[in-house]
Amino acid sequence: MTINDIKDLLGAQVLCGGENLDKEIHSACGSDMMSDVLAYVKEQAVLMTGLVNAQVIRTAEMMDMLCIVFVRSKQPSQDMIDLAKESGMVILTTPKRMYEACGILYSNGLKGNGELHG
Amino acid sequence: MVNYMAEPLVFHFEVDGDNFTSAGQASVQVKKNLRELGIDPETIRRVSIAMYEGEINMVIHAHGGVAEVIVSDESVEIILKDTGPGIPNIEQAMQEGFSTAPDNVRSLGFGAGMGLPNMKRYTDYMHIDSVVGVGTTITMKVNY
Repeated sequence: MTINDIKDLLGAQVLCGGENLDKEIHSACGSDMMSDVLAYVKEQAVLMTGLVNAQVIRTAEMMDMLCIVFVRSKQPSQDMIDLAKESGMVILTTPKRMYEACGILYSNGLKGNGELHG
Repeated sequence: MVNYMAEPLVFHFEVDGDNFTSAGQASVQVKKNLRELGIDPETIRRVSIAMYEGEINMVIHAHGGVAEVIVSDESVEIILKDTGPGIPNIEQAMQEGFSTAPDNVRSLGFGAGMGLPNMKRYTDYMHIDSVVGVGTTITMKVNY
């Protein structure tokens, strides 16, 4: 699916990166623990999170992610949006909670990265 | 891949220890520099994740420090040096899930005891040199 599909499925608002909504996404992850994202995530292009600070943007950038979805209508600061803009990342915010947001995307065919192997 | 380099390129950064918000700036810059040098994306990803974890550690535990990144024909080397409290038991610190980070760090999304193990996972070589009360120097290498 594309980032635009994610936006529609989650009823999300685009906060920046609107020019990249047509990018294709094959997997996603959801976490409030950036340590875990850095440790276990592999090739997921979307991060769903309820955590709001600059390190969320940097973590996603380090992982070469294309899009961050803030759940529960969380609003990142302008500084965070500016950071995301620098790397061309799309930032979305959805009123849905984490569990529901992940469930909707998963049931529409967006997979995670399977189970941990070591 | 990097073309032949007569001499390794060295990038130097100061890591501000008082500002959690700015933590990771050096890693973002290194990522940009490596991209401009035409280094392959997987190497860039491994270097930037390992350095970012190290930078976060320096801010959480050691009031910042200095970072040096050396790009040569064969590898990218990252040297992180701080004058923080030091690591009393390196073997314990290397275990996944072991953390001495304060609770407020966990509410920022870090401090899960994954930093050092993760740095080792993403690099080909890692050495920790630490003296309690004096500081810690971590050297990491990612080969092309």
